[in-house]
Amino acid sequence: MSEAPVAPPTASADPAAGIALLLRPPEPRAGWRLLPARVVAMCAVELQKLRHDRTELYTRAVQPALWLLIFGQTFTRIRAIPTGGIPYIDYMAPGIIAQSAMFIAIFYGIQIIWERDAGILNKLLVTPTPRSALITGKAFAAGIKSLVQAIVVVVIAALLGVALTWNPLKLLGVAAVVVLGSAFFSCLSMTIAGIVLSRDRLMGFGQAITMPLFFGSNALYPVSVMPGWLQAVSKANPLSYEVDALRGLLLGTHAHVALDFGVLAVAAALGITAASSLLGRLAR
Amino acid sequence: MTRDANTQAVSCTGLAYSFGETNAVDGLDLSVAEGEVFGLLGPNGAGKTTAIRCITTLLPVPAGMVRVFGHDTARDRMAVRRLLGYVPQQLSADAGLTGRENVALFARVFDVSRRERDERVAQALTAVDLTDAADRLAKTYSGGMIRRLELAQALVSAPRLLILDEPTIGLDPIARTGVWEHINAVRAATGMTVLVTTHYMDEADQYCDRVGLMHRGRIRALGTPAELREGLGERRRAAGAAAGGPLPTLEDVFREVAGSGLDDKSGDFRDVRSTRRTANRVG
Repeated sequence: MSEAPVAPPTASADPAAGIALLLRPPEPRAGWRLLPARVVAMCAVELQKLRHDRTELYTRAVQPALWLLIFGQTFTRIRAIPTGGIPYIDYMAPGIIAQSAMFIAIFYGIQIIWERDAGILNKLLVTPTPRSALITGKAFAAGIKSLVQAIVVVVIAALLGVALTWNPLKLLGVAAVVVLGSAFFSCLSMTIAGIVLSRDRLMGFGQAITMPLFFGSNALYPVSVMPGWLQAVSKANPLSYEVDALRGLLLGTHAHVALDFGVLAVAAALGITAASSLLGRLAR
Repeated sequence: MTRDANTQAVSCTGLAYSFGETNAVDGLDLSVAEGEVFGLLGPNGAGKTTAIRCITTLLPVPAGMVRVFGHDTARDRMAVRRLLGYVPQQLSADAGLTGRENVALFARVFDVSRRERDERVAQALTAVDLTDAADRLAKTYSGGMIRRLELAQALVSAPRLLILDEPTIGLDPIARTGVWEHINAVRAATGMTVLVTTHYMDEADQYCDRVGLMHRGRIRALGTPAELREGLGERRRAAGAAAGGPLPTLEDVFREVAGSGLDDKSGDFRDVRSTRRTANRVG
């Protein structure tokens, strides 16, 4: 037998004194209650991080502000794009909100690779959390982070005079659309992370798909002005459905909100399935 | 030493795991008794971390190879995870959160109810002497404090088996002693089993009840540190070594068991990079 363990400085006559709860395992959550609990846990972490360091929030606001300020105001004067009678800056504002949310989510895979390298992912995978619940939690955490960013862009748009709705129910719908859209794009990113397994490769993929997703959507111009092949791309692009819903909810333009919600929910579910099935590759 | 498999904290039978053509773990038989501190020793690349990842359910293994308190890791993964507290080799606390938030995350993912979450988190932080630093961001912690924070994260769910992968890598001697003192204090208070990997033979000699010397994917020697050292001493005397010479150390035992070839097999590029990165972060 080895030497006796070194007596700890904190040891007392009763070593269990003051840590009674650490002797009793917590009661496991059963069935359906597990998933929302994990989603709340991951979202809480994201909000805590944002509370401690808002730098990213501010720096990421610069690009959408420039889009609205420069591109939006200039194209409003040119009147080259058919917007259905609303000022161009109003027309593009929902597109820029969706874009800024997507930019956050599309690089979420880099975070999961960083968490893999730091050991955080492995530690989470050793908790009683199914992989699908972990990915769902991460997807909605990306949604919450994107939502905070979207709020900043909405405020910038409002300051630039965009006529947005202030109907609380519609704003709630906007929040749901942003969260669902970001959940899909973050899962797309985590799926690619599960395939390429390295940050450098994922950066390349992220940049390669971000611009086609953005320009191949209705964020800046209506689908009707696109060539046929790009219209097909736009129809398969979840960002188009996100922008359509945001436009309908924020500006009151004609939109297919129910269809948009349906497509985004199915896309998010498929994304969660794909990313969960590849998560094991990251754990190896 | 024979025990009923159901009373073993960990039981591995012919555990094998390969990465491509490399057999990282190659027929590992291992039993860790409930309540003991068991040290899995070996150089980088010996297969320690792979074995730990199989035991923690991170790597998939066929049914029947690994049991934790009688639960098969292939068939009953969630039940196994609820019994584990795991501290990986890397510094895995989230630098962007406070110590308290880091521990609270693990309280949440282990289903600690909201009613007792704050108190349980506070007790875990108390157990590792981090109460005063609990509301500081983890990025302001020293290397030893981060290791203790990770210990608190693992303890908050009251695990029956604490698994520590190279817990003192890169720490200075005082911080290393501090980490071990807290591990021992918690073990004394809770009676939990501790499975630890290390390549610091002196630590294993001082703090582990039993050790398994691992080389090229298998256990090559098993016993208490004293048994292993005395065994080598006897073999040396039987081979004609003079009595009264220096007593063998665990490192001598390991050199005898592993023979030559330690240098060329001591971990691949990724192992070494991970080790250096961790050492750099704690230093």
